[in-house]
Amino acid sequence: MSTFLGLPTAPAGVGHLRGSEPFPVAARRALADTQLRRNLAKATSTIRAKRARVVAELPDWEELREAGRAIKAHTLAHLDTYLEQLESQVTARGGTVHWARDAPEANRIVTGLVRSAMATEVVKVKSITTDEIGLNDALAAAGISAVETDLAELIVQLDHDRPSHILVPAIHKNRSEIREIFLREMADVDPGLTDVPAALTQAARQHLRRKFLSAKVGISGANFAVAETGTLCVVESEGNGRMCLTLPDTLITVMGIEKVIPRWADLGVFLQLLPRSATGERMNPYTSMWTGVTPGDGPQDFHLVLLDNGRTAALADPDGRPALSCIRCSACLNVCPVYERVGGHAYGSVYPGPIGAILSPLLTGIEDNASLPYASSLCGACYEACPVKIDIPSILVEQRARHVEATHGRSAEAITMAAAAWAMSDPARFAAAQRGGQLGRLLARHGVIRRLPSPLSGWTAARDAPAPPRETFRQWWRRTGRP
Amino acid sequence: MRIALFATCLADTLYPRVAKATVRLLERLGHEVVFPAASTCCGQMHVNTGYQRAALPLIRHYVDTFAGFEAIVVPSGSCTGSIRYQHAMVAGRLGDSRLAVRATKVAARTHELSELLVDVLGVTDVGAYFPHRVTYHPTCHSLRLLQVGDRPLTLLRHVAGIELVPLPDAESCCGFGGTFAVKNSDVSTAILADKMRNVLATGAEFCTAGDSSCLMHIGGGLSRLRTGTRTVHLAEILASTPADR
Ligand code: SF4
Repeated sequence: MSTFLGLPTAPAGVGHLRGSEPFPVAARRALADTQLRRNLAKATSTIRAKRARVVAELPDWEELREAGRAIKAHTLAHLDTYLEQLESQVTARGGTVHWARDAPEANRIVTGLVRSAMATEVVKVKSITTDEIGLNDALAAAGISAVETDLAELIVQLDHDRPSHILVPAIHKNRSEIREIFLREMADVDPGLTDVPAALTQAARQHLRRKFLSAKVGISGANFAVAETGTLCVVESEGNGRMCLTLPDTLITVMGIEKVIPRWADLGVFLQLLPRSATGERMNPYTSMWTGVTPGDGPQDFHLVLLDNGRTAALADPDGRPALSCIRCSACLNVCPVYERVGGHAYGSVYPGPIGAILSPLLTGIEDNASLPYASSLCGACYEACPVKIDIPSILVEQRARHVEATHGRSAEAITMAAAAWAMSDPARFAAAQRGGQLGRLLARHGVIRRLPSPLSGWTAARDAPAPPRETFRQWWRRTGRP
Repeated sequence: MRIALFATCLADTLYPRVAKATVRLLERLGHEVVFPAASTCCGQMHVNTGYQRAALPLIRHYVDTFAGFEAIVVPSGSCTGSIRYQHAMVAGRLGDSRLAVRATKVAARTHELSELLVDVLGVTDVGAYFPHRVTYHPTCHSLRLLQVGDRPLTLLRHVAGIELVPLPDAESCCGFGGTFAVKNSDVSTAILADKMRNVLATGAEFCTAGDSSCLMHIGGGLSRLRTGTRTVHLAEILASTPADR
């Protein structure tokens, strides 16, 4: 990969960014999971409808999207400047800033901080960045237990499962499954628990309240960090994040370096774009913002860990860079025909769906995530929904080209593609190839082909293929003596 | 008007009836149609599968073949989208800036069929007759890339005898996606299942669209399950007259 901008060779991202099997294999298993299919279809169609309603209310939605895109593009072009400004502002206001090259380094920093606060338990605000680096496992290895306080993250954690959606981590579970998980895994739960949503929420609330009151350390991610003021911002629905951000004495925030925005006023754009795109709400219930440390109020020890983990490598890629504009609203997941049917786990990364299909390979390098850019029909619904106008289909196509170029045209597919291009770039060769293809008529019965050989067998597994006609268009044109 | 037809490699090879219908329709409207014998393929499959270098000669060939024409018609939203949004991009990326400039010029004169009819030729009633119950699937590239909007539906509404029924969840992808249909055939099929369910729910005899590729996919599924519902390209409906019955 080419590096410019004078950047030293950037480290690749490591952590929960790739699966153990290629997408088509994982997807096939997900497709057969009836419960998953039902839950996903219901949840995504509900969020889609809500989003469409609230987006339609804003006459300047397209201008807002363009503003969001432009602010992010500007920030990424001057990322070094804004990060240093952020660091000096946070430091000036009593916080401490740490720089982490990759996941292991970030985990080491956080573990060290928790240890020096003499804590063995931490409460966590929902954060995909900490999922990306596998923080909970790293803490557990150091004898520290991390308690997820977002309801859906808690469900996933109790079930020893992984999130399957960046905003609704337990989108793949329904309420009767959640009840079973609580009964099995929550030591202090009422055995008479029903699957009424209010009862489930109440059970989680009681379970978490005790944790909030005893925790000495809170850990969060960040939705935005304002460079000019050093202010961190977390957007959420439940208020549990607010508890973690205010009750413990020590607060540690792990943030990808792309989350910085230049000015306080820029929040005005993103706080309109994000909730409408994410949950289909005009405004999210809780927006927490904090700047350094305020004596006598809230955490008295604040640490900001700025994480690279493949981000400068993505930044150095001119075609992939816009992917770093993502504000993790998950609108692209909810409108994606592929995500809707396979869910998040099939992507193998903490970033699933259309954004995951470009971001994960950009962070890890394409060779470690080669199947993800192909996990899309290129329908463009993601681009249309994205509040910061990331042209995901074009980046997918570009990532595919990177993959092909990395394999140096030696695969069977590459040879077929080269042969096809050779034949089709010349009309005489093309006509000859068409005549060859007409032999396909031998495979046909009643005008259709029911079984094709590999690699086209996937087509005829569920679809008939058309029999080649007796006469191509080109042959007809010539036979009828047209100009 | 003299209009050059880019038949697309798919229609030329597998669906000649779509290209013939395009010729018949435009000639009936009083235009001269030419089919440059040199024309082959736009290279979309190569670009979308990652083979940009292999696509470059195809792009150059398209540009060379069609550079001399005032108007070019393509009976495919997807191929038109590739010509309009990928040709110059790929040429530029691979360092052929002269080709990129020429490609941009040719792309500006290249029109998807419904665009040509409504925007260039200014017709919405093409005098067609198609006495069947029909539902229209707006293919993703026509809808989102080209933004053809309701041009195809406007054309269909003027067809005599047609009974047009709305397709539920019409704007959802059919799951074709080019080589996606083969590389991720299971997911592609799962998406198709829902598209077919919606098509069948309309009770339509025909599902129509502006792309032979998506129709090959939807039609292949409908045929495999012996649903009796068929696919037909927009051009074929618009070309139909009572004389064809
Ligand atoms: S890519 Fe766009 S739509 Fe998808 S999560 Fe990020 S901001 Fe939202």
